[in-house]
Amino acid sequence: MTEPATTDAQAIAALQDKGPLAPPRSQWLDIWDQLKRHKGAMIGGFFLIFITLAVLVGPYIWTLDPQKLDIRNKDLRPIYTAIWDGTAKTAWGHPFGTDNLGRDQLAQMLAGGRASMAVGWAAMLLSLLIGTAVGVAAGYFRRLDGPLMRLTDLFLSLPILPLLLVAVTLFRQPLRANFGPEGGMFVLIVTIIGITSWMPTARIVRGDILTLKEREFILAARSIGTTSWKTITRHLLPNVLSPIMVSATLGLATAIITESALSFLGVGFPSDFPTWGKMLADAVPRMVDFPERVILPGTAISLTVLAVNYLGDGLRDALDPRMRGR
Amino acid sequence: MLTFTIRRLVLAVPTLLFISFAIFMLLQLAPGDPMAQVPLTVPPEVKQQMREALGLGQPPLVQYWKWLVQVLWIEPKILIDWLTQDSWLLGWLPDTNLYQNELRVISWQTRSPVMDIVIQRIPQTLWVVALAYVVGVLIAIPIGVYSAYRQYSVFDQAGTFVTMIGFSIPPFFTGPLLIVIFSVQLGWLPSIYDTTHVVNDWASFKIQLQQMIMPVMVLALQTTAQISRYMRASMLDNLNMDYVRTARAKGMSEAVVVTVHVLRNSMIPVITVIALGVPSIFGGAIITENVFKVNGIGQLLITALFANDLPMVMTLTFIFAFLIVAFNLIADILYGVLDPRIRYD
Repeated sequence: MTEPATTDAQAIAALQDKGPLAPPRSQWLDIWDQLKRHKGAMIGGFFLIFITLAVLVGPYIWTLDPQKLDIRNKDLRPIYTAIWDGTAKTAWGHPFGTDNLGRDQLAQMLAGGRASMAVGWAAMLLSLLIGTAVGVAAGYFRRLDGPLMRLTDLFLSLPILPLLLVAVTLFRQPLRANFGPEGGMFVLIVTIIGITSWMPTARIVRGDILTLKEREFILAARSIGTTSWKTITRHLLPNVLSPIMVSATLGLATAIITESALSFLGVGFPSDFPTWGKMLADAVPRMVDFPERVILPGTAISLTVLAVNYLGDGLRDALDPRMRGR
Repeated sequence: MLTFTIRRLVLAVPTLLFISFAIFMLLQLAPGDPMAQVPLTVPPEVKQQMREALGLGQPPLVQYWKWLVQVLWIEPKILIDWLTQDSWLLGWLPDTNLYQNELRVISWQTRSPVMDIVIQRIPQTLWVVALAYVVGVLIAIPIGVYSAYRQYSVFDQAGTFVTMIGFSIPPFFTGPLLIVIFSVQLGWLPSIYDTTHVVNDWASFKIQLQQMIMPVMVLALQTTAQISRYMRASMLDNLNMDYVRTARAKGMSEAVVVTVHVLRNSMIPVITVIALGVPSIFGGAIITENVFKVNGIGQLLITALFANDLPMVMTLTFIFAFLIVAFNLIADILYGVLDPRIRYD
């Protein structure tokens, strides 16, 4: 049936590739391409960058001191209330208005965002560090697996919010004496959130390490005499990076919410140190007259967390090779 | 299955003991002094005697042991006495008199037994929290099912968006927001939950309903967000299975395929998630109770913490830990019971 193909030298030459058509693509480029197609993740990512830049650079542009009392200009409404209420007290000098002591709300929002984001990032990094260390140790060293996983289970069955409240009220005084009122509270809140939120990361990392450990490339690494430490840092950790990144985004979101919740319940930072949660809590008693003081910090918290969650959602899809190309 | 249950039950006991011990030792570090409010004119040796009367003179291990005996031995005796004497369920049994006036866990704030106060507060928490959970689950399941059935449709996209919002907006923001809208601007609902309100006729029932709507909705939003997501994922896993194609090929209607075949199988993991979420809803209720001034156990914990009432804090935290361990156990067992493919032995 098959006739011997008439060898058309020209056609075969045309089919041959002179070289690779495109430079080889790295894995991270693929992930970025996939992430770009997730609209929510892109918007979330840009919003997160925007908020981070705003709270980092903002205080240098809007140089008003958030603590400065300007009692003559107290209870100013935000500038946009003038649109529907011509009689409202507004001033261009305070675009977000001032609070009942005349402190500028925009400066407070920036300073509060700085505190909230700093707590969020630091607590997230700490919990990632603990979680990854426990997960890797439990997955790689069989002898540690049992005890470490029992420990994780134990931590998972702790009542987190009550314990957070207990710990914060108990350790506030000694830490304040050592690190100053703001520094002590920062250390305390970051440590406590970090210690109580590493368990999901540890579980996920352990599961991934357990499957990776049986793969040939680990066997090859071991057979040429790679030490455990080198195996973990060179071969295992890069391969569990994607679940770690996903749980990092979730951790950032929960850390920001937890810090705000603590501030809201009145056990967070000292009263003259603004954070978003604290501003919201302080504004609740007068929210009938000044709803914007609740809505502004509340929206800031919610939008940041929403952005982080969307970014995490997109990352999860992008980092999962089975999802790629869909 | 039975051996698994027994093994888990036996394991739960040391877990709870360890957690309670850890919390107790943490509370030992508390800097506060229960005698701080006593006037300065009271001589120090009298204060020392008062401290010892509260059980503070003993070493921590002895204090812990006594607390353990009080909570796990004396309080159950009182519960059994109450069951056989006053309750309608077991009141026909002969009266037991197990409780012989031993010392119970005493609150430093009110000098009354901690458990009595907890029992007073539990109905409020249960009304709001349990109802919120039920409402949340009832909303979440249809949303999850329909989102999965019409994947990537407008409904699904909207559902995902609402879920994300439910995840992201904390209850201490939705609570005040709802109060501003519905209590202040519209004046429809009361902003404070009135615990003394007695329901005895239709009108008072309506008032009770009105004051419950907002706290229930705030809590239900979070439940809905979580559970509808799990439901959707679980439905998606099952919708592509072979048995679904078989059911369709047999000529069954879509309604039967989805609700009978797929839904029942998809519910298995969701039910365990529902069981696992029960204790965390108690934790979230601390904030919601604070916002709406519901005097449930969450609010009790906060006031006890600020008043440095360590026996109360200890007992409440232990109750929360007990709930978490118990519902973890229930979830594991339910999973085994519902899914015959899972056998732990």
